Order: sequence, then structure tokens, then C-alpha cells
Amino acid sequence: MMPVSPTLYVAMEIVAPKLEYGLLSPLILVFAGACLGVGVEALVPRHSRRAAQLTVTFATLAAALLMTVRNWSANESAITAVGSVAIDGPTYFIWAMLLVFGAISLAVFAERKVDGVSVFAAQAAAVPGTEAEREAVAAKVEHTEVFPLALFALMGMMLFPASNDLITMFVALEVLSLPLYLLCGLARRRRLLSQEAALKYFLLGALSSAFFLYGAALLYGYSGSFELSAIDASLRAGTQGPGLLLAGMGLLGIGLLFKVGAVPFHSWTPDVYNGAPTPVTGFMASCTKIAAIGALMRVFYVGLGADRWDWQPLMTIVAVASMAVGSVLAITQTDMKRMLAYSSIAHGGFILTAVVGASQAASGSPAGALTSVSAVLFYLVAYGAATIGAFALITMVRDTGGEATLLTSWVGLGKRSPMIGLVFAVFMLSFAGIPLTSGFIGKWAVFATAWTGGAHWLVVVAVVISVVAAFFYIRVIVLMFFSDPGVGAPVVARPGWPTLTAVGVGVVATVALGVFPGPLLDLAQHAGEFLR
Amino acid sequence: MTLPWLTVLAGMPALGALALIFIRGTAAKQVAFAVSLLTLTLAVVLALRFRPGGGMQFTEQVSWIKPLGAYYALGLDGIGLTLVLLVAIVTPVVILASWNEADTGLAEGTLNVPAKYDARLFFALVLAVESSALFLFLATDVFLFYVFFEVILIPMYFLIGGFGGARRAYAASKFLIFGLLGGFVMLASVIGLYVLSARAGAPSYLLSDLTQLDISTGTGRWLFVGFMFAFAIKAPLVPLHSWLPDAAEESSPGAATMMVGVMDKIGTFGMIRFCLQLFPEASQWASPVVITLAVISILYGAILAIGTQNLMRFIAFTSISHFGFIVLGIFAFTSQSMSGSTLYMLNHGLSTAGLFLVAGYLIKRRGSASIDSFGGVATVAPVLAGFMLFAGLSTMSLPGLSSFVSEFMVLAGTFARYPLVASISTLAIVLAALYILIMYQRIMTGPVTVDVERTVTDANGRERLAFAPLVILIIVLGVFPKPMLTVIDPAVAATMQRVGVTDPEPKVLAEGGR
Repeated sequence: MMPVSPTLYVAMEIVAPKLEYGLLSPLILVFAGACLGVGVEALVPRHSRRAAQLTVTFATLAAALLMTVRNWSANESAITAVGSVAIDGPTYFIWAMLLVFGAISLAVFAERKVDGVSVFAAQAAAVPGTEAEREAVAAKVEHTEVFPLALFALMGMMLFPASNDLITMFVALEVLSLPLYLLCGLARRRRLLSQEAALKYFLLGALSSAFFLYGAALLYGYSGSFELSAIDASLRAGTQGPGLLLAGMGLLGIGLLFKVGAVPFHSWTPDVYNGAPTPVTGFMASCTKIAAIGALMRVFYVGLGADRWDWQPLMTIVAVASMAVGSVLAITQTDMKRMLAYSSIAHGGFILTAVVGASQAASGSPAGALTSVSAVLFYLVAYGAATIGAFALITMVRDTGGEATLLTSWVGLGKRSPMIGLVFAVFMLSFAGIPLTSGFIGKWAVFATAWTGGAHWLVVVAVVISVVAAFFYIRVIVLMFFSDPGVGAPVVARPGWPTLTAVGVGVVATVALGVFPGPLLDLAQHAGEFLR
Repeated sequence: MTLPWLTVLAGMPALGALALIFIRGTAAKQVAFAVSLLTLTLAVVLALRFRPGGGMQFTEQVSWIKPLGAYYALGLDGIGLTLVLLVAIVTPVVILASWNEADTGLAEGTLNVPAKYDARLFFALVLAVESSALFLFLATDVFLFYVFFEVILIPMYFLIGGFGGARRAYAASKFLIFGLLGGFVMLASVIGLYVLSARAGAPSYLLSDLTQLDISTGTGRWLFVGFMFAFAIKAPLVPLHSWLPDAAEESSPGAATMMVGVMDKIGTFGMIRFCLQLFPEASQWASPVVITLAVISILYGAILAIGTQNLMRFIAFTSISHFGFIVLGIFAFTSQSMSGSTLYMLNHGLSTAGLFLVAGYLIKRRGSASIDSFGGVATVAPVLAGFMLFAGLSTMSLPGLSSFVSEFMVLAGTFARYPLVASISTLAIVLAALYILIMYQRIMTGPVTVDVERTVTDANGRERLAFAPLVILIIVLGVFPKPMLTVIDPAVAATMQRVGVTDPEPKVLAEGGR
């Protein structure tokens, strides 16, 4: 009997799908936690809402993380939920990453000590500058909806790289995007900028979703299935002409690369990173990137891996363009958040070098050597930890107008607050890839797998661009330490424990993973390959 | 011996640097000095227990990052020992000579030390540089070497940028960008080595494993270029030298000594340890180009030194000339020239330290680094003038002083293989006499200018004490270099064997037999 895809039967007879609740429990828990959060908004009185939301959120995250670790250590992996979710080594790794980084980001959401109030708008529905807004501010109203919103986004992020078919992936994409669009528009200060960012993100995001969906449809036309393994099978069978395949692959790639923030689909990144409330920026910069890269690798390795000769050259161009444009434009930036936005574009490019290398056991990489997947996973941990820490630190540097994100206002910061300067310098050095920080090991790993995969010249281009990238990180250090502070310079506010936790975890992880990366690299290596 | 002596040796300054965070006030200086003396003592003890010709000694090896094949592996051979001694000697001298530098400011307007940057930080950074340099000279694992190759840039960067002259931020950035450019290009080669070794079986970065690899000619040459590029920036060879004069000009003299005297030796050391041993074929293939660049550096540095106004810049240019000699000796591939180069690294470190320190004493008093602003100093400060003359003569390789031995060995060894190259390089000896004596004449002799009389006083006790060890060593090594050569020669012979070259037959002897 020929194995037939189960989706074909669905139309004919309705069978109750068999769900492995144990394996899916992290997803379910986060989803349930988010729904519970909505209930809290509706039922709990305003004065105790914040405490209730925090309890629900962090209990949810802890439980989900616990279940992830439990399933992971039991080494259970399966393609489950009627073939729509693949739970394998990389999935567990990414889930653990998302839950930990998500929890740290959400902790920064809860910070109130820096500004006296939360960083989110008192009442998002009130038009900026109106009486309604002033009333809401005076009444000390707070949007505690941000926590369930973030949980919904996190659930989408977890599902996105774990999806085994393109429809599930599309749903995950929307689930992760919609709450983020909202969160971007909720800044308490500079609200117009924030709302503009949200609108831009929404419009461009919707456009990219359309690309994704169109690509998925064309791939369905090519292979007769949305499932990655079925697409792979019809690719190998090779009975169809390449037209639908190439067009579908391209469109799907655009949708995914948009979320990664790779050039030329990056134009939303600086505006959105700049306009969004800084804690949300940190959340997006780390977690969205992790989810998007994970999904990108799953689609291109599992579904389109047999056709890598076609996508590798294009991906190479995207990688080089991202590294170059991100690094060069970062030099010209005058705003810290915009600079980090361009830096995140460049980091996307560095990660893509490993994706291009496609160094896997299947493609002839030597046994015992690092694979592309494990290198990227390590890089994401290094990048995520430093990113969350850096954005959390930015929330602490303030002047009378709120956060002082202009580069000129950071002049001499290292002299007035040596500890803050030192910590930020560590993050910058890690981004620049200096040894004894995690960023260096990450760079080493992605370049090594790119080289193993045969992309020698890409590695050479990447190391040269690394110098350009290092230049603007170093420039920040010069500003902080070697220039004298001007008058009216910002002060470093004393943060509460949430921000301190984020900064602390970031800096400890950055240094520890730089000196002893062995265990985590091992873990990434044992996460192995995607399940097909 | 049960203790990991090399780790103790290289780790001690790092621990000292950390300890300085918790020590306030003047005690910090004493602690820093004590730590550097302790390190020196340990280095001397190791040198006495070192068996010449015994290969790598006191070795340590622990697996560090398994998936990468990186080991924490240290070992000491003759070449390494020479440089370890250099680092261990120069650091306490620098600390003693810079005793008050970081408190008071180098001179009005040139040094701008904010309240947060005090002597503690300066000495902690000096110790951090020392520790990184020691790890570099001891590492027998390419990955470990690479890590410290990059890490040493950071404390050095803060030393230049935190305690330098008016354009220090610019100079520090230029220094770092050049360093990172070399480092990242080298990273590509380091990764290439990993891929080769992973293909051959288990990945390993141990030097002993990598030399067993069968590297194809083409690949070997590419990887060699990556390493050589980084080392040529560090050493520095023309045309990759332009960061050095700026960095030296804007540094405090102590920092400049650490940079030129100690840190830049990593480049030439790396050439011997890594370029030659890992890529013997490529080293021979590249030698015509490298030798040409070396000769250009020798002459270019010497000529520019003659015309340079700024005292610190002047020393930087003389160093570029001397690094040319060292590189020439390495790539001439004779045992005499290579031993000479190794010894030259030590001697150049000592004489440059001398020059920078005297220059520092002078600049601090006069408040200007311009040679023009001096004149007749010998009358008011005869001891300082004597120091300057001594360091200068050592730099221009006067017979009887240590540099002479090494420069002669380099030239004689090179002559055996490349007579023309050696002859051209000899010109630099004349140029050296010119630049040193002109500089001395303009600063020290002639009528005393008003400003000099007002500001310059003779060297005080601490300054003399800091300078004394350099004088003693330069004379001792000039008259009796044999102990160092006994240590260096076997290591050089091993390297020569690895490259697969033998000394050319002496021509006179061959003709005599006919």
C-alpha cells in the first residue's frame, strides 16, 4: 500500500485527531495562561490586576519550561497533532530558549521603578494629547493586557518553528504577529512615534503574510500537500516542472525573511525597534528572531533541502546584503535603538551564513563536526541574551523626556556610572565578537559551519564585514568612556529587580558562555537535526 | 612538580589585576608592583629549571571546548621562554617608571585623567596586558592563542584611550580597528584549520595535532595568508604599520612600552610558532614577498625616524625598522638569522623600553613631546642624558650592547642566503646612527633653552631604579649572550627542521676545497 497523506482523508470522514497532550503541553500551557490572563482582565478588580497578571504569567512560563525540560530529557520526539507539529531536538532547544528569554523580557515589562509608572500607555484608546489621555494618566491607569498579549505572541513563536506544515506555520505566524503589532503601539511616551511604528509594522507584516500564503499555495500546487515531508518527497521524485516550486519557494522565503529582518526585507526594523516601547523591542529583537530563524531553517532544510542548490545562491546574496547593509547603516545612526536595530539586521546576516552553509550530516559534513542547526542555535542564545540585556539597560538611561536613546546623550556615561558603562561595553564586545564573550563563540560556530558547507568566500566576506560591524560597537565604548559628559546629560535611574534581573542574566550568560561554551554547544549539538 | 606552573605564572598578573579592584589608595601601586615582581621571580625560577633542547616543557593540557576541539594547553620552549622573560622583566620596570603618571597627568594639556580613572585602573590594565601576553607566549593550542590574541587588544585599548594624549580616542580606535581587522582575518584561517582537522577525524586545535595534518598546497597558502596578515599588522610590517606611530604618540610612555616592547612581539612570535610550523610550504612560497616587505620596513622606518618631530612617534618609527630586521631574520631561513631574530625580540624589547621610559621622563618634565622644545638638557640633567644616550646606542646596535649581537646574527645569517638583501639592510645601520645621534644632539646638547632650564630636573631615585635593570641586562646580554642562545638554538633548529630547510653551505669553505 502506498502511504497516503492523512490530510486527504479529512474531507471524507471526520475522525477525532489523536493528540499527544504530554508532548504538546508547553504550547497548551502558554495558550491557556494567555486565555486565563484575558479572564483576569475581565474579572479581577483593577487594583490587584497587576499582581494577578504577573502571577499567572510567570507561573505559566515556569510550568511550560518545566514540561519542555521534562519531555526533552525523556528524549521524546514525534511528529504529532495530525502531522502538523514536529517536536524534535531543535524544537525543544528553541522552546526552552523562547521560554527563558520570554520570561526575562516579560520581567522587564513589569518594571515600574525606573519611571514611577509602567512603560506602557495609560490608555491606548485615548488619543494622544487629549483630555482623555490626561485623565487616564492622572488616574494612574495601567494596561495589564500586555502580559496576556505577550503570552499569545510567545505561543505563536513556539508554534512557528515547530510547525510541520505550511498552514500551521501560517497560523503561528499570525498568532505571533498580531499581539506584537498591538504591543508596539503601546508606548507611554512619544506615543505618536509608537503608533506610527505599530501601523508600519502591521502594514508591512500583513504584506509579508500575503507573500507567505501565496508561496504556500504555489508549493501546494507543486506538491499537492502543505506538509514539509510531502513537499520534500515530491521534490525528490522530481516529476513536476520547477516553475511552481521556484516561485513558491521565493515567495515563502520572502515571508520568512521579513520576520527575520533580512535585507532587502528589513525596512520595517529600524522604525519599529525605535518606536516600540523598549521592553517590547527587546522581546521582539530576541524572541521573534529566534522563532523566525527556526522556522526558516525548518522550511528550507526539511521541506526544500533537496533543492538547496537553487536556494543557496539567493540566500547567500541575502546574507551578504544583510551583513553589509546592517553594519554600514549602523555606523550612520545617531540613536541607540536604531543602531541596535541595524545591528540586529547584521546579526541576521551572520546567522544566515550558517543557514547557507547547510552543513548537516545529510549533506556530507564530517561526523563530530558542528552542524549548521547547532551553530545557529548557539548563536541565537548568545545573541538573545546580550540583546535582552542591552535593551533592558537602555530603559535605565533617562533624561527629562524619558529614555535618552540619542547616542550623544550617552557621551561620558562610563565615567559617571562605571558599572553601567562596563556592562554595556560587555554587550557591545559580545555583539562585536570579541573572544571570552558568547558572541565570539557564536560567530566562530556559524562561520565554521558555513566553511564546512563549502561557503569559503562567504566566510571571508563575513569576517571583513565583522570589522565594519565591530567599528560601531567600539564607537559606543569610545563615547561612553573616552569622551567627557556634556551638561544636561541623562542619569541612570535606579531600576527595580526585574530590569536588574534581565541585565544580570544577560551579562552573566554572555561572559559564562564565552569562557565555558562547552556544555551549551554540546546541548546544541545533541539537539541534532530536524525530524522529517 | 605538581602545580601547573605555567598557569600560575600567566594567571598571577590577571589575579593581581582583579585584586586591584578591591584595593584603594596608594596600596594599589604597591600590590601591582609586588605582583609583577612575583611573576618575574617565578619566570626566573622556571628559566633556571628549563632544560635547553628539551622541547616543550612544563606542559599542561586540559580539554576546554570539546565540540570545537579547543584545549587549554600551555607549554614552554626556548623561543617562548625568551619572550616570557621579556614580559616578566619589562612589566615591573614599566610599573615602577609610571608610578605617579596616572595620578598627576603626564603633562599639562596632554593627559586628561578623569577622577574615575585612577592609578588603580592603569596598573590593573598593565597587569592584564602582561597576563594576556604570557598566555599568548605559552599557548600550544591555536584556539587558545587566538582568544588571547584578541583579548589583549581590550586592556591595551583602554590603556591608550584612557591615559593618553589629546587625540587618544582617535588613536585607540585606530589601534583597535587594525587589531580587529587582523584578528578577524586570522579567524577565517583558524576556522579553516578546524574544518581540516574535523575532516581528518576528531577536531583538535592542538599545535601537535595540527602539524600532523596533511594540508594541500593551495589551502595551506590561503590559511597562511590569513595568519600572516594578522601577524604583519601586529609586528608591524609596512604597509600595515600606520596604526603604530599614532598609537605610540598618543599613549603614555608606560602604555607605549607595553605595546611596542611586549605586545607587538606577538606578531613576530606568531610567525615563528604558527606560520612556519603549520604551513612550512606556504612560508617558503611567501618568503620573497615577506623579505621584500621586511627590507622596505627596515629602510622606511629608519628614514621616517630621521624626519620625525615627535619623540614618541620617533621611537615608533625606529621600532618599525627593527621589526623589519626581526621578520627578515625569520624568513631568511637560516638557523643563525632565526636565532638572531628571537634574541632580537628580547633585545628590542629592552632597548625600546629604555627609550620610551627616558622619553617619558623628559616629556613629563617639559610638557611637550616635540623634539624642538628641548635643547641642552645634558647640562641640567646629566643622568637623564646618559640614559638617553645609552638607550639610543643600544637601539642603534653599538657593539658591546645587546642589540648588536642579534642584529649581527640576523644580517650574517641572511647574507648566507640572500647577500644582496643583507647588503641593502646594512644601510639601516648607518641610518640608525644618523637618527639616534641627530635626536640626541637636538635634545641634549647645545645651549640650555629657557623652558628647559625652568622645567627639566634630573632623574630622581625611583626613575633611576626603574632604568637600572635595563642597563644591566643590555650590557650583560651584549657581552655574554650565550645563555640565551643555548636556550634559543635548539628550538630554532626544531623549527628549521619542520620547515624543511637547512643552512646554505658556506661558500668560502666550498671554494677552499676546490
